[in-house]
Amino acid sequence: MAVTKDDVFNKVRTALVDALGVDEEEVTPQATMVGDLGAESIDFLDIVFKLEKAFGIEIPRKELSPEDILTNADYVQDGKVTAAGLAELKRRMSFVDFSKFESDPQVRNFSNLLTVGDLCRYVESKVGA
Amino acid sequence: MRWFWIDRFEQFVRGTRAVTIKAVAMAEEQFDDYSPGYPVMPTSLVIEGMAQTAGLLIGEMSGFEHRVVLAKIGKAVFHFPAVPGDMLRYTATILDVKTDGAMATITSHIGDRLHGEVEMMFAFLDDRFPPGPLFEPVDFVAMVRAFGMYDVGVTPDGKPIELPAFYVQAQRDAEGSYSPTPSPVVAGGN
Repeated sequence: MAVTKDDVFNKVRTALVDALGVDEEEVTPQATMVGDLGAESIDFLDIVFKLEKAFGIEIPRKELSPEDILTNADYVQDGKVTAAGLAELKRRMSFVDFSKFESDPQVRNFSNLLTVGDLCRYVESKVGA
Repeated sequence: MRWFWIDRFEQFVRGTRAVTIKAVAMAEEQFDDYSPGYPVMPTSLVIEGMAQTAGLLIGEMSGFEHRVVLAKIGKAVFHFPAVPGDMLRYTATILDVKTDGAMATITSHIGDRLHGEVEMMFAFLDDRFPPGPLFEPVDFVAMVRAFGMYDVGVTPDGKPIELPAFYVQAQRDAEGSYSPTPSPVVAGGN
């Protein structure tokens, strides 16, 4: 049976409730992982473990954590992601809504960009939901 | 006081499973201040012993190239207190290993009774952290030998595991620099 978008959201929510100790009600598509749900860097590794197990998928580190782009001098100048950097981020992370980030593309703003909805879209692309 | 919260490895299967024991003794310092008059083994120290068991199991997979640290405890359930005189048996099982870290589940038994169940996540320190090993190589060799890890450790197909060459060499270098004869004392001089 095909995996639906609801299936994906429910399993992502379970993974986030387990990994972050948040209530189910807090896990909405608009909630940001860091700002709203309080995820710390180490939690992302935990979340990756849980999503891989829940969906039987493999999540390469670079697909959710583009640190190599954000620390590359070709893509970052004066603490801001360049146009080329933004293009590279969008190419790699097509599941993320960059519209807000584009208005002030400071590297430090990137950490609070990812939302639950983005994470669901990423998993959907992996499982064909 | 040495920060060893396991006494000995009973089983060790590379990348799979390890069993250690911890004998709880009334002489241990934690009983001085923790719950005076009612000596119970703090579960935090049980968790430390479990982490040492699973951490060594995970680190050994890479010949201790990965610097393994306990990153997160996902679940910890204890069913009754452990007290002096108890022999705790920790069984660590690796659930998953990735390039950034590993997940393990560890149980604690006293005799046949399930005492504790813990899920742990370990992270591998990367180049964002200062380079170098977490332990002095000679101290590390002394520790794993004292635990008997290489006495019982085997690969999944039953062959004995061996100490990585780097650590063997470190121990040889240390032995080579050790001189049992005291250096002569030179008196006087300018």
